[in-house]
Amino acid sequence: MEFFIMILTVFVLAIFVGFEVITKVPPILHTPLMSGSNAISGITIIGAILSAGTKHTTLTAVLGVAAVVFATINVVGGFLVTDRMLKMFKKKD
Amino acid sequence: MSPVLVNLAYLIASVLFIFGLKGLSHPRTAVRGNLLGALGMLLAIVVTLIDRSIISYELIIIGFIVGAAIGAVLAYKVQMTGMPQMVALLNGFGGIASLLVAGAAFGESIYLGVAPTDQFTIATVATGIIGSVTFWGSLVAFGKLQGVISEKAIHFKGLHTLDILLGAAAIACGVYIVLEPSVYWPYWALVGIASILGILLTIPIGGADMPVVIALLNSYSGLAGAAAGFVLNNNVLIIAGSLVGASGIILTDIMCRAMNRSWLTVLFGVLGPTSSTPSSDEVYAGKIKATSPEEVAMVLDSARRVVIVPGYGMAVSQAQHAVRDLTNLLESKGVEVEFAIHPVAGRMPGHMNVLLAEANIAYDKLKEMDEVNSTIETADAAIILGANDVVNPVARTDPHSPIAGMPIIDVDKARTVIVIKRSLSPGFAGIPNPLFALDNTLMLFADGKKAILDLIGAIKEA
Repeated sequence: MEFFIMILTVFVLAIFVGFEVITKVPPILHTPLMSGSNAISGITIIGAILSAGTKHTTLTAVLGVAAVVFATINVVGGFLVTDRMLKMFKKKD
Repeated sequence: MSPVLVNLAYLIASVLFIFGLKGLSHPRTAVRGNLLGALGMLLAIVVTLIDRSIISYELIIIGFIVGAAIGAVLAYKVQMTGMPQMVALLNGFGGIASLLVAGAAFGESIYLGVAPTDQFTIATVATGIIGSVTFWGSLVAFGKLQGVISEKAIHFKGLHTLDILLGAAAIACGVYIVLEPSVYWPYWALVGIASILGILLTIPIGGADMPVVIALLNSYSGLAGAAAGFVLNNNVLIIAGSLVGASGIILTDIMCRAMNRSWLTVLFGVLGPTSSTPSSDEVYAGKIKATSPEEVAMVLDSARRVVIVPGYGMAVSQAQHAVRDLTNLLESKGVEVEFAIHPVAGRMPGHMNVLLAEANIAYDKLKEMDEVNSTIETADAAIILGANDVVNPVARTDPHSPIAGMPIIDVDKARTVIVIKRSLSPGFAGIPNPLFALDNTLMLFADGKKAILDLIGAIKEA
């Protein structure tokens, strides 16, 4: 229970940090914000790696690999497409 | 590596994610911010890979290769007009990755025979439900945006009752899992039920409400990740997931405010003309002035300040590059050109800005609605390109209209209004737009891209 309260604290505080940081993102960057946050939500890849690598049962290993694939698409696709988009935003030269 | 070092690395990764998102507060620092985020992800992945409980790497490497190949192809091939679809897919993949991770963790706990904590089982249930709704909801959103399924809102009698029943069934499965955590199949039953729920929650939402849905699903994909963090007792998952969850919630709220509608009416309501809505004949009869590119060229020739209002129509006709050429031409003649971007223009938050940036239009020309409205009276001409409801003055004047109170771009206050549109057909709200019948409005009936190209030709000849 004590541990639960600790990570619940982390969760709630992180949401507040999220609100503070994201409200400062201007509307012109809202699309890159979404694709960039998609990439960050690919962090589940960590859990996926452990399931695919520990191979407790065939089923959990298969689920883990599938999760690695989906999460990697998010991480790689998300960061690359965000980079591609952001490089298009230029000031007048 | 000791757990202490691993957790320290996760902490650094979390800080890098926060700095990365902070970088997005300005276009100048945004590219670097995105790189910091990627660096944080790399760090988190590397320290996880050297975890001692991993007994073999071949499956992980196969997963990396397949995922990276698909992700890279998607990222480099997608057209800027297709970004809403891309984000919809990524939202969905985030959701399914989390639900698979929770499913695997649940399976492992049963195999190892350890009695799981309530936190573990409740978080597993939450991940399963949110992840499934996110995945299937996003696939439906993708299908609508891609035109695979009808963009129209699909309603049938009893839909809401069915939603409630499915929600209750999913929760019942969840309760069973918490009480009896040694049985595996209820998790997959829960995933199945929540999947149907995800589909049914998204099909009744129409095309122009897509910005809200995509933002909301974005939030869900983050929350699914955070819930998976509670399953695995992992701080970096919780932090990254909450950042994304907060981001999606903020965007959803901005989109709803920009339509003066509540979340509930967007998600469950029906938008359309009411009995008090005047018919299009009453609004338009005898008052519409159709114009030609030559006439518009004459108007623009004497203009000093022009405001362009793009809408989804610009994306559909891929007119952004032609718009850039028109902008450059007008500027070479000493005309000041600005773009007025309504928050819900297009099919996702920021859609219009990305298209115009792709066409090499400087971001300092892209103005927010409020900024443009404060100076719109000094504009000699406003060009409306494929937008409709977001410039409908009825939002200000008729409290019974379905779009009453929605903040709009007050283009009717510009000296001349030029509307480029294929026909007088109504926008998403289904109501006629009196702007088209104003004395100072000229209607240029044509496809967006063709109209702009003709206009460029006419200006060059004049």
